[in-house]
Amino acid sequence: MKGNFIDNLPKVYGIYTGGFIGFIILMAIGEQMGMTAKAIGICFVAFTIAIYALIGWLSRTAQADAYYVAGRQVPTVFNGMATAADWMSGASFVAMAGGIYFKGYGYMALLVGWTGGYVLVATLLAPYLRKFGCYTVPDFIGTRYGGNLTRLLAVIVLTVASFTYVTAQINATGTIASVALDIPFQYAVYIGLVSILLCSMLGGMRGVTWTQVAQYIVLIVAYLLPVFWISNKIGGGFFPHFMLADEVARIGELEQQFGFVKNSAADLATVPKGLAGITKAHSAVNATPWAFISLALAMMMGTASLPHVMMRYFTTPSVKAARKSVGWSLFFIFLLYSSAPMLATLSKLSLIDPSLPTGIIGKSIADVQAIDWYQNWNAANLMFVSDFNGNGTLELNEFFMGGKAVVLATPEIAGLPYVISGLVAAGGMAAAMSTADGLILAIANAISHDVYYKMIDPKAETAKRLAVARVLLVVIGFAGATIAAMEIQGILGSVIWAFDFAMSGLFFPLVLGVWWKRANKEGAIAGMALGLASGMGYLIWVRNGGSGFLGITQLTFGIFGAAVSLVSMVVVSLITSAPDAATQRMVDNVRVPAGKSII
Amino acid sequence: MVFQVITKERGIIMTKNEQHWEKTRGLLFITLAIWFVFSIGIFLFGAELNEFGGPFGYPLIYWFTCQGSLGIFVVLIFWFANRQEKIDEEFGFAEREDN
Repeated sequence: MKGNFIDNLPKVYGIYTGGFIGFIILMAIGEQMGMTAKAIGICFVAFTIAIYALIGWLSRTAQADAYYVAGRQVPTVFNGMATAADWMSGASFVAMAGGIYFKGYGYMALLVGWTGGYVLVATLLAPYLRKFGCYTVPDFIGTRYGGNLTRLLAVIVLTVASFTYVTAQINATGTIASVALDIPFQYAVYIGLVSILLCSMLGGMRGVTWTQVAQYIVLIVAYLLPVFWISNKIGGGFFPHFMLADEVARIGELEQQFGFVKNSAADLATVPKGLAGITKAHSAVNATPWAFISLALAMMMGTASLPHVMMRYFTTPSVKAARKSVGWSLFFIFLLYSSAPMLATLSKLSLIDPSLPTGIIGKSIADVQAIDWYQNWNAANLMFVSDFNGNGTLELNEFFMGGKAVVLATPEIAGLPYVISGLVAAGGMAAAMSTADGLILAIANAISHDVYYKMIDPKAETAKRLAVARVLLVVIGFAGATIAAMEIQGILGSVIWAFDFAMSGLFFPLVLGVWWKRANKEGAIAGMALGLASGMGYLIWVRNGGSGFLGITQLTFGIFGAAVSLVSMVVVSLITSAPDAATQRMVDNVRVPAGKSII
Repeated sequence: MVFQVITKERGIIMTKNEQHWEKTRGLLFITLAIWFVFSIGIFLFGAELNEFGGPFGYPLIYWFTCQGSLGIFVVLIFWFANRQEKIDEEFGFAEREDN
């Protein structure tokens, strides 16, 4: 191909997308010719991982600029795709539709929070941090406020937040790899980890950028294709997003008809761990305004504080491009997020509507237990029925499912060919891998650049710096995998904690660094240290039976942490001396897009 | 790079940088006000507003949580980016195209 790589991007990824669709068709033909479900699953996961590894190898680099910020030449739209993949984790892909399925409106606060946060990113932070010209988020904090302590605290907050998040992602890659490749979870976790490291180790940010674009294409095809297909198949309409009003209303009617019967504790104790029944209305408002708003707010502020997202905007060619790129990121995220509630609707209706052939509520328990897909997913510990009232018929409150089953099992329930299930597995793998890559890289870069290079050995040569960065990448990856293998929290629980940790310690020090000239070093230290400590303290308190206050739960503890951070930062800044003239000038420069970057 | 062009506006003497920042801040407040309405404001009255029918026949607030607010955020960011570019150009602070 002529011209440089950047100019050829649309062509390169166009060919890649065509190739991927060709591969799906090939698998579909294979299925018709008698390929087993297991073989298809293995092909999908192995083929996509091999492609990512190839991209990772082609992106290898020995330059610091390429390793840390992809050479600052990633075009707006492609950076948007990479950010979307970076952002949409295994949780978004595998667990989100499930959450909506079970909890309805109250859960959809996450949709609003995880998109609304980008408005804060675009207006408050991304363009200014791009102008700053830093390699990492702690690099900004350390240079703006000065001193090694501020830098170190930023690295600590970043590590706490990102590490909480990354264990969940490695856990998700392990879950999917263990299902698709049919191997035990403890080994699958490490297979997931090796695939993740293949993308990032040689090329750093450059490798991660170009694999994330490839992963976005896989995950969005894998999410949208089944949604459209199922909708058409069960008569939901050709374009589900605009046409499911009747289905949503029908679910409301069925909820009225069945009622939400509460199971006794003794009955619930027989349900396998991690499975849940439908206990909340689908489209009716079923949460108090504060419960909804506090969760949305925590996720929005968390979004604007998570370093692995912020650092994606360091890779654009200009400040202007950074702003536009945030818009593209959200557009690509919107494509998936607006589809999740549609998938939840289709999945729920096809299971609970007795007038549909796939509906199981109202059938006899013995019949349900004889269905093939029920047996498969029951064996995978994701579905369970039990005749609590002894009438022999399955009631709504007697049917239990795992959150992941909505995405993973719906294609099979709706009678789609197995090739779709294989595709979904590849999509989930792509989503979890891309996020894990971004997170591990964020932590390793912060430690190698801010702690090692800026604090320990400022004279280190590039080769040595990059060697340290790569070793850290592996070490952090293995630490994450080891903890993931212990399975402490569910996938989504720890994801939400990461947002709360990030906002507790970083939101106000970052925002005020640009928007409040008077903010100084002492204030930033107080803001980060007290913010993180109080957020963490609140979480520990609530986890150990504390009652909490103001309706702040273990999912929204960041609101408390961030409030403490804001107050302490403002108070301490005001009682200590104003930043010096050089720092003030630096802030002035950050606010003007034109001219040289600060660092 | 502090610009020392002094102009008079509303009787206050402001540098070009200050004027640029004031406009930038004004745009920020407008953008965040719209953001607030669709991320928090309407959900304060979730139960009441959900009684109304929304686009495509969905209950109104249900539609906003699944599509409406999300789509508005996308448009809002692009709108904001364009307005900010205009402000930067007005003061000659925009980046050169060839960088």
